[in-house]
Amino acid sequence: MTAATIHCHREGTRLNFTLTGAWRRDDSPPRFSSASDRPARGDHLFIDATSVESWDSSLVNLVLQAQRQGEAVGFNVSWQLPSGADRLLQLALAVPPSRANSGDKPDSLTAWLVTLALALNPVHISERIGREMMRSAEFIGALLVAGLAAMTGQARTRTVDAMRFGFQSGPNALPIISLTSFLVGMILGYLGAVQLQQFGAGIYVANLVTVGILREMGALMTAIILAGRTGAAYAAQLGTMRVNEEVDAIEILGVSIIEFLVLPRVVAVIIMMPLLTLYADVLGILGGGIVASGLGISPLQYWTQVQGSVGLDHLLVGLVKSVVFGALVGIAGCRAGLDAARNSEGVGKATTTAVVVALIYLIVADALINVFCQLMEI
Amino acid sequence: MQPAITVTDLTLAYGDRMIQHDLSFNVDSGDIFVIMGGSGCGKSTLLRNMLGLERPRTGDVSYFGRSFTRADSRARRDMRLDWGVTFQQGGLISAMTIAENLSLPLELYTDLSAAERREYIDLKLSLVGLAGYESFYPAELSGGMRKRAALARAIMLDPKILFFDEPSAGLDPLSSRRLDELIVALAESLGATVVMVTHELESIFAIATQAIYLDNVTRTLLDAGTPDWLRDHSEHEVIRAFLQRGEQHKHNTGSPTL
Repeated sequence: MTAATIHCHREGTRLNFTLTGAWRRDDSPPRFSSASDRPARGDHLFIDATSVESWDSSLVNLVLQAQRQGEAVGFNVSWQLPSGADRLLQLALAVPPSRANSGDKPDSLTAWLVTLALALNPVHISERIGREMMRSAEFIGALLVAGLAAMTGQARTRTVDAMRFGFQSGPNALPIISLTSFLVGMILGYLGAVQLQQFGAGIYVANLVTVGILREMGALMTAIILAGRTGAAYAAQLGTMRVNEEVDAIEILGVSIIEFLVLPRVVAVIIMMPLLTLYADVLGILGGGIVASGLGISPLQYWTQVQGSVGLDHLLVGLVKSVVFGALVGIAGCRAGLDAARNSEGVGKATTTAVVVALIYLIVADALINVFCQLMEI
Repeated sequence: MQPAITVTDLTLAYGDRMIQHDLSFNVDSGDIFVIMGGSGCGKSTLLRNMLGLERPRTGDVSYFGRSFTRADSRARRDMRLDWGVTFQQGGLISAMTIAENLSLPLELYTDLSAAERREYIDLKLSLVGLAGYESFYPAELSGGMRKRAALARAIMLDPKILFFDEPSAGLDPLSSRRLDELIVALAESLGATVVMVTHELESIFAIATQAIYLDNVTRTLLDAGTPDWLRDHSEHEVIRAFLQRGEQHKHNTGSPTL
């Protein structure tokens, strides 16, 4: 078997390529771009491959590349090929390359650099944040309008849906909330114990745990659990409904998506959050009690300290936070789901977005509420 | 007579990507109007723009002489009450039973009692051959049954216009033919105009009274007419080739191929 070769022979503007040998892809046959003489604009290239010993798609590829070059540069190409190769080439030439692909798409490195530059560009960042805030405001506005309509009995919101979502986000979440809040209470207890024991103030572990759980950790941990559990579930549900055209069908029925799909979910999580937070508060304080008993503090002493440190203000701050957090988790989940692309990847991205956005919302809202409480001396 | 639907100079695009441009056509009342064309030419996008699920770049869609594109949301909702739509996936709400899905438009737009609603649901499910499936969830039905259930929901309010997006997609030939026959029977009984997106040639020749062809090279409407006229007389070879494959397909039907 002889190696594939291209013999170039020029007669004026006519350039003949005579191909010989075995044209097999695995034997690295010559490519069109490696030919010793290349046609220029106005030339006529004739490719004769009738004498090749054997061939595979590498032969067809050479002629196709010559044809493409000819179209780009401006020379004519004709050929004589083994019949099978000719049939393959005709198939390849039957559909011209799509203009969508042949455009000026940047290569992957350029695309990556452009993405990086945009990600670091303050103008682009501000524009994105501004656009996002506008859309969030629009969504929250529509939700408030739907809420008002629901209160006056004019919304197409089904109570049964709100109850179902409430059950999903509430009682079904109790086991994981029990575990996390109990452990967070213990962690707070240990944290305090290490510091307070140095000053002989170990008894105040109860105060630290109680205030920390009631004001901060009870609501925040519950919200984080709900963001991962309920918010992500909302995004996946609504994203899948978009893929299955259920959202379109509801819209065509003339029903507001916000009233029918978003409001029951957000209301459910708003109602469930304070209840779950109260439950988490109790479990967290109990967790702190376990640590306190390890420090030699009796359950009665711990309970007395807890009673002394539980204030209505702490409790209310935690409950207000829980309502705000609940709304934010619901909004983040529903928005991500309704914005999802109409494919399985889009649903996956929506669930991720729901959790990430909810966490950002929670941290920002928590910080703002704390600043407000400090200013108001609550 | 005033057309049921008038599409004027409609241009559809996703961002910078042009889908179709300068589409103008009428759909007469009572027609079974098919939007056809190769895969990816923008048939479903045109339908979504006609339904108001997406906004066209330019142009207008009017129903019975009233502009839908320029209407406010209240007017759009009123106009949509005259429509029944079945989507490619059916569009049934998966968290609801078939009865709940069918009941939804009646709950929203009629004052019927629960007992009356049940009767109507029974009637519409009987029309599509699904009586007895009221308590099933969409996931518990086959693809063909889901499409028929979606059709039953689409005709709950006795619409003037029925829209179908690829009704035969994913169905076996027999189910597909039955669905075609059902669509024709229901459209005739209701006196409804039908707009259907499909590239199923057997369906096109079996039921369409008018058709348009969207081209995915020039990105516009190439020709309009009856399927037979387009196949035999269209000046565009691509349309004749598209539809002649269908004719060959029609002749082959019923005879074993293997």
